Amino acid sequence: MPAVENTIVICAGGACISAGEISVKESLENTLREYALDEVVRVVETGCMGACDLGPIMVIYPEGVFYQKLDSNNVKKVVEEHLLKGRIVKELLYTGPTGEVKEKPQEELPFFKKQVKIATRNLGVVDPLSIEEYIARDGYFALTKVIKEMNPEDVISELKKSGLRGRGGAGFPTGLKWEFARKATGDIKYVICNADEGDPGAFMDRAILEGDPHSVVEAMTIAAYTVGASKGFIYVRAEYPLAIERFSHALKKAREYGFLGENILGSEFSFDIEIRIGAGAFVCGEETALINSIEGKRGIPRVKPPYPAQKGLWGKPTLINNVETYANIPPIILHGGDWFAQFGVEGSRGTKVFALAGKVNNTGLVEVPMGISLRELIYEIGGGVPGGKKLKAVQTGGPSGGCIPEKHIDTPITYDTLKELGTIIGSGGMIVMDEDDCMVDVAKFFLEFTVEESCGQCTPCRDGTKRMLEILERITEGEGTEEDLETLKELSEHIMKTSLCGLGQTAPQPVMSTMRYFWDEYEAHVKEKRCPAKKCKALTRIVIDKEKCVGCTACARVCPVNAITGSVRNPHEIDPEICTRCGSCLEVCRFGAISKVSP
Amino acid sequence: MGKIKSLEELMKIKESTLKELKMRDTDKRGKIIVAMGTCGIAAGAKETLKAIVDILGEKGIDDIAVVQSGCFGLCDVEPTIEVRIGESEPIIYGHVTPSQAKRIVEQHILEGKVVSDLVVKRGEL
Repeated sequence: MPAVENTIVICAGGACISAGEISVKESLENTLREYALDEVVRVVETGCMGACDLGPIMVIYPEGVFYQKLDSNNVKKVVEEHLLKGRIVKELLYTGPTGEVKEKPQEELPFFKKQVKIATRNLGVVDPLSIEEYIARDGYFALTKVIKEMNPEDVISELKKSGLRGRGGAGFPTGLKWEFARKATGDIKYVICNADEGDPGAFMDRAILEGDPHSVVEAMTIAAYTVGASKGFIYVRAEYPLAIERFSHALKKAREYGFLGENILGSEFSFDIEIRIGAGAFVCGEETALINSIEGKRGIPRVKPPYPAQKGLWGKPTLINNVETYANIPPIILHGGDWFAQFGVEGSRGTKVFALAGKVNNTGLVEVPMGISLRELIYEIGGGVPGGKKLKAVQTGGPSGGCIPEKHIDTPITYDTLKELGTIIGSGGMIVMDEDDCMVDVAKFFLEFTVEESCGQCTPCRDGTKRMLEILERITEGEGTEEDLETLKELSEHIMKTSLCGLGQTAPQPVMSTMRYFWDEYEAHVKEKRCPAKKCKALTRIVIDKEKCVGCTACARVCPVNAITGSVRNPHEIDPEICTRCGSCLEVCRFGAISKVSP
Repeated sequence: MGKIKSLEELMKIKESTLKELKMRDTDKRGKIIVAMGTCGIAAGAKETLKAIVDILGEKGIDDIAVVQSGCFGLCDVEPTIEVRIGESEPIIYGHVTPSQAKRIVEQHILEGKVVSDLVVKRGEL
């Protein structure tokens, strides 16, 4: 046993790395060496802990003290104060929205306490580069159980009992999908992992691959054994280099230990996985486009049916699941389908990982039981809307989803309830919006994305969404007509009915759902040439209240286009012709004299 | 590492790695605090710390945390360590060489008996 007494776990998820985790780790290791602590303090990099807005994060064990927002300078202080003198560095602890300081937020804060971690069970716990640590957390026990004790039908029956549905977006029952692939006839079958996560705002697949790659390797191997496949592919987008690196390492280790390759665990069963790197096209997340891409063809969708389970990769039966779906498999095998089904509600069993983003205090990844209400998710786990602003809506399911208005905040989150509200769980992106967000502008944002990412194969998606975007642009410019609103509705319906693949069929969703709940905002833009949220630049003006302005000149000094004029101690003025509505003056005025108005 | 073929082999890896992972657990029965100020390190606290960790590992004791701290202010009796078990009063030992550390673990941690000849202070500092 090594002489290790303190273990420092640093979050090496993508968000923390962007926030400077690498320099923090270097500085930490240098300081440890300086104080001759490098042999007794172990530094472990782990996967995304979820609290991405607090990064870089580290937890010092055995005490479990959680430090946030580190940089290469203050980490030195942690070593000198905490490790050497046993004093906790208060200013680096987690501070809640109301100012309370927490030493061990992982146990105490609702952000962590309300979560149930199944798919993300090892994130923040294990070193993703250590297969031994994965094993210590029951890793590869499910595979061993499957190979030694279960036949494929048993696996499928546990999956059916669990009620697991695909976590990639469409929500198809996983047990059924595996059964179709098992029953399909073919000399060769394939297993694919879809890691082409492209939804704006969602990043749970990347986090799982970076933080717990072995769980996906294990699950894919179980899947191959179950459906009778001998070869697997994981399709990862090129934008995820760290995920690719850690997954490659996991593959290598799994082969060394005999969990992949010939005669797995001494049995007759052989299977191996190859990595395919996608070029970052959103459409390649669509399963048939992904299959085309692996075959070396252009990544455009195929007509379904036939479904991949019958005719997939190179025309052979193919099982394709998403990363998060796979990450749920080993715990289901180990603890049974009934165990998994105890979480969640009828029709939506287990947990779901959500990526909380937008106007919410705690942004990041959270895994919660299905059926939790949006209120719990946003207020208790997410810590509410910052700045005392009012919650307006939550956008779920990315570009294929829609908005849920504030009045439905107590709705439990399930596949069915969200469908009734005109949106979907989708991949689990959740963007919180407050009173300053314009819903027409939000719809425009998602349409821009779809237009950019449409593969162009079918006309409704390629041209239809383009026309819709042009109309939305007109409306936000204040040039929309009532006829435009009718055309938007018509186009939406046609595109949904006639597009070739799921992408086009759902592309108008953000427009449909914002029109459903925020019709008055569309009307205000068109009829009154007014943006109620004061967001659309063409429909807003910035004005100075002469009564409140003391003539401090702060606004005139920051204005990048010199639109503000006035002399010291006299009220200033803004020239609306020159003003670009950038809002810099709003931020610097200390007298509340500047405001936005519409029109 | 050779290829794994059985559940037993897998279990062995799990158990040995769990020991390491357990070090990160927060719910411990007690802790040993090793004073690691400049004076302590100069008097050999690093060797003492290693000896404590090693002997705990050898005996399979995983519910005692070993924590480092700064100088207790007892520089003339370094290396010093403080043993805290549950609610009972903390004991500070002085001149704790690696072999004395072994005695402390065997008697105090395992049998619950204070090693009286090494005690420099009882109770809170």
